[in-house]
Amino acid sequence: MKRLRTALLLCALVGGAQAADTPFQFDQPEQAARYQRLTEELRCLVCQNQNLADSHADLAQDLRNEVYRMITGGQTDRQIVDFMVARYGEFVLYRPPVSPLTWLLWFGPFLLLAGAGGVWWAVARDRGVSAPDATEDAAVAALTRQDKAPS
Amino acid sequence: MRFLVPMAIFVVLVVVLAVGLKLDPRYVPSPLINKDAPAFTLETLADPNTTLTKQDLLGRPVLVNVWASWCSACRVEHPLLLSMAQNDKVEIIGLNYKDTREAGSELLQAHGNPYRQVLFDPQGKLGLDLGVYGVPETFVLDAKGVIRFKQVGPITPEAWRDHIKPLLAKLAASPAP
Repeated sequence: MKRLRTALLLCALVGGAQAADTPFQFDQPEQAARYQRLTEELRCLVCQNQNLADSHADLAQDLRNEVYRMITGGQTDRQIVDFMVARYGEFVLYRPPVSPLTWLLWFGPFLLLAGAGGVWWAVARDRGVSAPDATEDAAVAALTRQDKAPS
Repeated sequence: MRFLVPMAIFVVLVVVLAVGLKLDPRYVPSPLINKDAPAFTLETLADPNTTLTKQDLLGRPVLVNVWASWCSACRVEHPLLLSMAQNDKVEIIGLNYKDTREAGSELLQAHGNPYRQVLFDPQGKLGLDLGVYGVPETFVLDAKGVIRFKQVGPITPEAWRDHIKPLLAKLAASPAP
């Protein structure tokens, strides 16, 4: 009986904690989907490696309220993203637009890949000059013969 | 000779990582620098019947300092703000952010009030428009209400000496609009 009471109390506590996060009610499922997508794509500035949807920071809650208000107010995704960027900069976007400032971010990995390819090619070419010669071939042939002989 | 290339790559990597370590990942460059400060109409902390607007901040350079009674880092910069207001005659406008009137007023009574005026923003509405994400934050506005500088986190004596003080002197020297 006591255990049951403790369990119920714990459930009540957990329920309370979730309610504090105010899950929003939308008239249309399409709006809920937009809310979900936007809060996943916007970064929380307090805990920088979390998006708005996952963060429990106060600021994230404020910004979620703002996204909710703007969606129900009939604003487009574009307008909402512009609103955030105007205040917090492109840093709030997990997928920043391609601009001279973000070229390194977008194309850096390909640059690295090209560089690595270049090194690989250069090394392969150097090895190619000295690699298989007649004595090595003969040694390999001798070894394979030895392997076969005893059986 | 054959170690030259790996050595060069190693040195470059060390330099890049060392610079990376020195950068503050919490520092986000504000897109609001050199933009007009957002318009607002807010009550003052001291008196719900007095409202201030952006117009009240124009005509001379001012510092806008975002603070709250629940913000422990704000206590750290508080003595410096007091000294700036007293010794350097800087006009500091406080923005009491997501706080209560009682707690905010109490703190000023207990620790001293460096602010010419304090705006009361319990919902953080102006804070949102200013892109505030880490209290305390301080903005330098020129006479036309353009944001010229932003400090995230407490103002350090170095930031005051090297950035804010020279900037204020420069702004004061330029002719008012």
